[in-house]
Amino acid sequence: MPTTLPRPPEARLAELARAHAAAMRSQQRRTLAAAAVLAVVVVAAAVFAGVDPVRMFGRIGAVGDYFGRIFVFDGGPFAGRPVVVAPGEWMWGLGHWAKLIGDTLLIAYAGTIVGAVAGFFLSFMAAKNLGRHPVVRIAVKRLLEVCRTVPELVFALIFVIAFGLGPMPGVLALAIHTAGALGKLFCEVVENIDMRPVEGTIATGGSWWQTVRFAALPQVAANFVSYALLRFEINVRGAAVMGFVGAGGIGQDLIEAIRKFYYADVSAILVLIIATVMLIDLVTERIRHRLVDGEIRA
Amino acid sequence: MSVVVQPPGAMDEVLSSTRRIRAALGPAARANRAALEKRHPQVFRGDPAGRALAAAAIAGLVALLGFALWRFEFSFGRIGAGIGQLGHFLTLMVPPSAGGWPRVWLFVHALGETVAIALLGTLAAAVLAFPFGFLAARNVMGLRLPHFLTRRFLDTIRGVDTLIWALIWINVVGLGPFAGILAIMSSDFGAFGKLFSEAIEGVDTKPIEGVRAAGGSRPAEIRFAILPQILPVIAGQVLYYFESNTRSATIIGIVGAGGIGLWLSEAIRTLEWQQVSLLVLMVLATVAVIDQISARIRFAVIGERRIET
Repeated sequence: MPTTLPRPPEARLAELARAHAAAMRSQQRRTLAAAAVLAVVVVAAAVFAGVDPVRMFGRIGAVGDYFGRIFVFDGGPFAGRPVVVAPGEWMWGLGHWAKLIGDTLLIAYAGTIVGAVAGFFLSFMAAKNLGRHPVVRIAVKRLLEVCRTVPELVFALIFVIAFGLGPMPGVLALAIHTAGALGKLFCEVVENIDMRPVEGTIATGGSWWQTVRFAALPQVAANFVSYALLRFEINVRGAAVMGFVGAGGIGQDLIEAIRKFYYADVSAILVLIIATVMLIDLVTERIRHRLVDGEIRA
Repeated sequence: MSVVVQPPGAMDEVLSSTRRIRAALGPAARANRAALEKRHPQVFRGDPAGRALAAAAIAGLVALLGFALWRFEFSFGRIGAGIGQLGHFLTLMVPPSAGGWPRVWLFVHALGETVAIALLGTLAAAVLAFPFGFLAARNVMGLRLPHFLTRRFLDTIRGVDTLIWALIWINVVGLGPFAGILAIMSSDFGAFGKLFSEAIEGVDTKPIEGVRAAGGSRPAEIRFAILPQILPVIAGQVLYYFESNTRSATIIGIVGAGGIGLWLSEAIRTLEWQQVSLLVLMVLATVAVIDQISARIRFAVIGERRIET
């Protein structure tokens, strides 16, 4: 219900406007200064990275062109027609690709499990409230930091040389990165537990292992599983590109299709990867919500 | 999950007191175990059904892991040989060295390029995702269909890894850092769109009602009621992504999209281990510095609020 407010006299309005402007001035000045700094940094970065605006806009047309092209057959009986007219022809390699996507999921799974188990043990050693020795604690913290800062693909590149081509270096690379990332998150969870059960266990003569098992674990288990599932989602994406450096999974076929300009294959594999990622996200989200709900009820 | 910040030293106090408790009470409690078991049988019996379920779940997980390891031909011999190789590489890595100053400058320049790629890619993604955040927000976008379509569109973009985007952009714009910027932009666009829309959906409705009561139009509502609430949140998220993108920008060079990754993969492939260790150390140092700077700015912009990602 619109209502009209009485309009104040002009003199009063002018005074109010002046007061408002004065109140806003310092804030505006600060915003402008921040914007200027940002603009300078952006221009410097653009010059450094060799971004040429003219060339950039010249290529913008090529973007739509590429996406138009990967959804059209470039050879065979359906040449020149959109891929949806012949799904069988488009997904000609479905059996082979499905197997590779299965491999990709297995790589992500194995990497997540191995990494989560390693992160699990390391997190208790790195936690401020349960870590036994300060030197060990700090050493473990630094180790976790290095594991999660170096990208998994760099580990994969090195492992491919050390262990040979195949999914095995991919699993190991994901496992190391996962141990670093989950170790840190687990450690934060452990540092925030209620210490009374810990004291209780210690008071009844429990050893360090028994303290972890009976006082800490029941408090952190749901959180740990939730974080591990989240990491699994991330690792599925990571495992999909492991093949780029020869570390197994669907990535090998994707990079080949892109590099050799098999346009229809590129779109087919991309669609399969996106569908898989969405499906996994959906399933893990369900499980995670259930875990969180269970924790709230309990 | 709430985060409780312990005052410094409090933990040590707790620890030393628990040690005292253990020393005093532990042996006594252990000696009395039989009596305790008799008095509280339900505590010692546990929960057999729950235990069986947990055991079954763990057995399933282990079986799947075993299948994966069997399928990927893991063997002790292979792991042992590989670890031997890695140890050998590690000895070759010290001392880190580029083999001459001209190369050091090349590395430093490439590292600068990596940071520039991360910065420009993140900012471009934020600018692009900003309008889509409003489209995907249920409280701004009244119609269900555009909201739903925008959400699915953002999900699709998010499903493709940065590295895949890099390969696609290389085909479109050619090798070099520009493809890297576009790759970071593409993959973050999906993530930002989702995060921004969540921030918009979480705004307090009272300022909106205030603007409406004062006779403000729909754009005025967005400008004066919604924007001031979401800008600090968005700034925090953009900074956080800039940090993590510095890490991912190091790898897009592996496929030829500019930055330090090109040198890193080149050094690994040609087994120049001293260069590898130098490059990794340079990346670690840069990431640490950027983490520090951006954490400072983040706290200045949004205060001590935690960022949900």
